[in-house]
Amino acid sequence: MDGFGIFEGLEMKSKTIRRWSFVHTWTSLICTVFLLMLALTGLPLIFHHEIDHLLGDAAELKQMPADTPQLNLQQLVLAAEEHRPGEVMQYFGYDDEDPNGMIAIMAATAGTEPNSSHTFMLDARTGEALEMPSANGGFMMFMLRLHVDMFAGLPGKLLLAFMGILFVVAIVSGAVLYLPFMRRLKFATVRQDKSTRLRWLDLHNLIGVVTLTWALVVGVTGVISACADLLIAAWRTDTLSAMVAPYRDAPPLTQLAPATRLLDIAKEVAPGMKPDFIAFPGTRFSSEHHYAVFMKGSTHLTSHLLTPVLIDASTLQVTAVAERPWYMDAMGMSQPLHFGDYGGMPMKILWATLDVLTIIVLGSGVYLWVVRRKAAKPVADIAQAQA
Amino acid sequence: MRPRQSNFWKVFALPTVIGLFSAAGLFAALLGDGVWDALSWLGLGIPAIIALRGLLKPL
Repeated sequence: MDGFGIFEGLEMKSKTIRRWSFVHTWTSLICTVFLLMLALTGLPLIFHHEIDHLLGDAAELKQMPADTPQLNLQQLVLAAEEHRPGEVMQYFGYDDEDPNGMIAIMAATAGTEPNSSHTFMLDARTGEALEMPSANGGFMMFMLRLHVDMFAGLPGKLLLAFMGILFVVAIVSGAVLYLPFMRRLKFATVRQDKSTRLRWLDLHNLIGVVTLTWALVVGVTGVISACADLLIAAWRTDTLSAMVAPYRDAPPLTQLAPATRLLDIAKEVAPGMKPDFIAFPGTRFSSEHHYAVFMKGSTHLTSHLLTPVLIDASTLQVTAVAERPWYMDAMGMSQPLHFGDYGGMPMKILWATLDVLTIIVLGSGVYLWVVRRKAAKPVADIAQAQA
Repeated sequence: MRPRQSNFWKVFALPTVIGLFSAAGLFAALLGDGVWDALSWLGLGIPAIIALRGLLKPL
């Protein structure tokens, strides 16, 4: 027994259908405006890499002989500080596509919130700084901020997470309603000749049911990403604070030990792993007294899972290799599954196609609601569907 | 098996198969490049093509 009576027998009672129909209608209607915004802003974001190149916003590294040696990390820190005087390092990120392009993120203080930071690229061979305009503002950043938090910070993210949950409920209730609607129809039937409404009802059902898995995965991973701030905060209180407990009463650092050997130190304790990014002391991915080198697995699958190595920023001793709580892994795996950037250009095109199909399902849903409100009750729909 | 249950599968058999293809497609490209990418294009291409066929069917 499931309360809704669905499994009492698959001849769904009209009362049961009405209940599910109510759930489907209202969860969809509430989230539709937000989902349309997310689907529309998400579309250019799928191709942000290509768009950056097209607009000339991508940093282009100089051609140099392949065996040109790289500067060490401390030299790169100094080059970055020279480029942005008065600011401090927050993060160094490694780019898989070009090992010579280091992403540097700096701000007035280490604890400055991410949207006020400045992102640029450093040529790891020369220390030359290259601007990345689209990482700091402009059209693509505007799309990203709308998509991520609607310029409203954490409340915006949580509102979008809630809309994502409504979207998932709408998908599930839609799948339940698919049964009474389709009982007498062959799969993929689109009735063209009866009325515009029936055509769109059939299309809404068909497109909705075939894109269901993709939409669920993108929806759920979007909700997880929207909750990232909370997950990171939980990680800081659960895992990080226990590891740095001995430093609780230590005085603030006035000088950092050079970053030169950070990677070698991290690789010694995390063999077989590759660096993903380095968090400098005082950022939210580290403590006041540590460099945190985030190492990732070297296989395709494990490259999304990060293991932080905490290195004392004055003695350069390893304080701890942090364990990864399950929710940080969930966050890591959510990223590719939400962005669709892990299967080359054909996957991006499919991602965009499925995104547009979702817009069509959302739009046809609103249309069907408007038309039905003008005319009959939901049960009449099904009688018609089964006629 | 009760006759009513076959009603369920009559409606959901193909959507389930398509859903499994999509899921396999989403997962495959996480495992590697080359043939894994191609598998993901197949898995995600199936729902996209079926939806587009319905949509573009001439009136």
